[in-house]
Amino acid sequence: MLKLEARPQPSKAMSFASPLLALAITVVIGIVLFMLLGKDPLKGLYVFFIEPIKSGYALSELSIKATPLVLIALGLAVCFRSNIWNIGAEGQFIVGALCAGWMAMQAGPDTSRFIVVLVLLAGVLGGMLWAGIVALLRDRFNANEILVSLMLVYVADMVLSYLVYGPWKDPQGYNFPQTITFAAATKIPRLIDGWRMNIGVLIALAAVAGFWVFLFRTYRGYQLQVGGLAPLASRYAGFSSRSALWTGLLLSGGMAGLAGGLEAAGPLGQLTPHVPAGYGFAAIIVAFVGRLHPVGSIFSAVLMSMFYIGGELAQSRLGLPKSLTGVFQGLLLFTLLACDTLIHYRVRWQSVPAAPSVKPVAAPTQKIREA
Amino acid sequence: MTPRLELLGISKQYPAVKANDAVSLRVMPGQIHAVLGENGAGKSTLMKIIYGAVRPDEGEIRWNGQPVLVRNPHEARGLGISMVFQHFSLFDTLSAAENVWLGLDKTMPLADVIERIRKVSHEYGLDVDPLRPVHTLSVGERQRVEIVRALLTKPQLLILDEPTSVLTPQAVEKLFVTLRQLAREGCSILYISHKLDEIRSLCHHCTVLRGGKVTGEVDPTKESNASLSRLMIGAEPPQLQHREAKLGDVALEVKGLSLAKQSPFGTTLAEIALQVRAGEIVGVAGVSGNGQQEFMAALSGEDPRAPRGSIRLFGTDIAHMSPRHRRRLGLHFVPEERLGRGAVPTLSLAQNTLLTRTECVGRQSGWIDVAGVARQAEELIRRFNVKAGGPDAAAKSLSGGNLQKFIVGREIDARPKLLIVSQPTWGVDVGAAAQIRAELLKLRDAGCALLIVSEELDELFEISDRLVVIAQGRVSPSVPVREATVEMIGEWMSGLWAKETAHA
Repeated sequence: MLKLEARPQPSKAMSFASPLLALAITVVIGIVLFMLLGKDPLKGLYVFFIEPIKSGYALSELSIKATPLVLIALGLAVCFRSNIWNIGAEGQFIVGALCAGWMAMQAGPDTSRFIVVLVLLAGVLGGMLWAGIVALLRDRFNANEILVSLMLVYVADMVLSYLVYGPWKDPQGYNFPQTITFAAATKIPRLIDGWRMNIGVLIALAAVAGFWVFLFRTYRGYQLQVGGLAPLASRYAGFSSRSALWTGLLLSGGMAGLAGGLEAAGPLGQLTPHVPAGYGFAAIIVAFVGRLHPVGSIFSAVLMSMFYIGGELAQSRLGLPKSLTGVFQGLLLFTLLACDTLIHYRVRWQSVPAAPSVKPVAAPTQKIREA
Repeated sequence: MTPRLELLGISKQYPAVKANDAVSLRVMPGQIHAVLGENGAGKSTLMKIIYGAVRPDEGEIRWNGQPVLVRNPHEARGLGISMVFQHFSLFDTLSAAENVWLGLDKTMPLADVIERIRKVSHEYGLDVDPLRPVHTLSVGERQRVEIVRALLTKPQLLILDEPTSVLTPQAVEKLFVTLRQLAREGCSILYISHKLDEIRSLCHHCTVLRGGKVTGEVDPTKESNASLSRLMIGAEPPQLQHREAKLGDVALEVKGLSLAKQSPFGTTLAEIALQVRAGEIVGVAGVSGNGQQEFMAALSGEDPRAPRGSIRLFGTDIAHMSPRHRRRLGLHFVPEERLGRGAVPTLSLAQNTLLTRTECVGRQSGWIDVAGVARQAEELIRRFNVKAGGPDAAAKSLSGGNLQKFIVGREIDARPKLLIVSQPTWGVDVGAAAQIRAELLKLRDAGCALLIVSEELDELFEISDRLVVIAQGRVSPSVPVREATVEMIGEWMSGLWAKETAHA
């Protein structure tokens, strides 16, 4: 009989091994899945796990996907660590893209390159504004931040649609729902000619370092985490839960907005109804798979990006639906949650329970006699 | 005579600790049998084994001479074993009778249950109104409901786990009368406690546990407190030195503190007035749930709703200040919940130091000096004799007593001007408790004002200079410990002090 036995201490080794184990199980289930779909599993795995990293160009494409995921996941990790459940990063991402897009549209042919800074700043502010609504409603009216942040995603989506179908539509765009193509000056600078990889990667890496310092070396970050781990201890210490709420939401909103700005002025170059690509939701998985740790989010974001690219390749190469991406992402999260059990428990083989060497004696001799 | 219950070589191994190591025990019919031991000595595990909630690795249980396997509490009750737990399992919104009904055979109509409760409570002098909702009952009354519930099954063995920790001295006497009557009628009683006086006055026989092993089988009526505690902890607790108080300025002045309750089952505070001077210890006695929690939250700043001017620290109005602000002015507080309030369970001791101590945080930058914090925690561990893996050990990996030493140490080390401690030695073993009390006295002698809330009267009499009683959200006038008696404080605990003060 298999038996779970509580460990006296959570296992450090297992907390590192668990994501790897989860990945292995995901791969195994993936093989079964490819076989059931009648495809060569080796080909399928190749498309998902080798193709996205096999060349410099592929890596550059990977970075395009991974950068927004890392940025958003960093903010969410802070939020989740302080027990604030912002699941509307997608909406903050959209509004960030909108604000950045508006700023970019102000640029003309002879605007300085430094407008990029303003574009990104507008993105940050947009995301903060959208998350700030959540914080305000929670703070003033105790509205549930999970619901509010989620519903604001759809509001943001509607605002985007309204703008690109209406006031911001490109007059020379043959009536397509899209804005003008942003001026060249607003383009996020690329790192290497010919590849789409841009300075967003550097910003993301710097942000990882910044968030690590914030979480583990500043009193403010410490306060946020205490508030998440033990709200009563936080109140005892006198840390303000209001300020934690605002800090967490504004930080994560700002990061999602920054990612939106980088996306709008980077690979997209204009606003269309297809700005929301699900990064905001995928980043929730990235944050958890990365153990809500800034460095961990790099690895999990790369993995999730491979699934994105793999899904697209599976569509064109193997004739499989693109939704395979979501299947893999979901599988990874579920198997990770299951494997995490092993951090606190160990599995033991146990023969039939070692009962005392006596046979049970029937109890009827002393039956309950009611008063 | 066949023993009612016999345990032979019971052992239970948990991952980190051997909770019971070849424990043998024999309870005769009609015997009140004490199981004495410190926290962590294995008393609870042993009782859970008897009650079928935990399965032993080795050993044999004999019930009226027959070997039995008790697989779950249901089977235990079938045999005639009943248990009254330390933490009651009653639903607040149901009446006493409905609560009892829940645990009984469902075929019996509620009216019959009410009838039986009346009969049993009359027979044993257990004053219970079956129709009252549980949330309106005092803790003592709730315990009586639990005991009545146990008695309705006509048990042959009744297990009581630390039953007196929530009772006034008078209620304890009443409980003992009931228990003696039960024993006379042939019911065996297993009485778990760490209170030596009670065991000596109530029990016929005493089995002492230490570290999961039986260290003694004695007749408690023939033993002294000192000899029992030697068996229990392997040493006598050190005697405390209580010097005359050197009174200083008024440190804490509470006046007209009234606060509406925040939860339906909380207590409303009414017109509390209290003074604590530097260099003295004022003890707050009372049965739990009489407003201690609410009073402490108002003093610590966790509940900032206190009316302006109602709480003053050395003359400064602090009623509206946050806990951090109060701490900066010299008011430190040790809450009764160690895990989750006084410390974050999953964080290390070093990180838990930061909860109330910010010497290692940059004033402007908010930067944490990680090495400095580790040194600070290490110093606390050394100075207060905390048994821990080091500053990196998670708070939850420490035993209750050691974590309490750490938390009390953390606040003492901050050199407070006023230290408020709630339940300083709750669930703490005797050795650690003695050390904590000695540290508190040392702090008093250094000129700090102390306010200590405790449910253990012995403790308050041992360390306090003055005593007040809290009952139903009101606080009594203070009385010097020299002039106080247990009887008088016990009476005050039920809220009856108006007369005393009228002619005082």
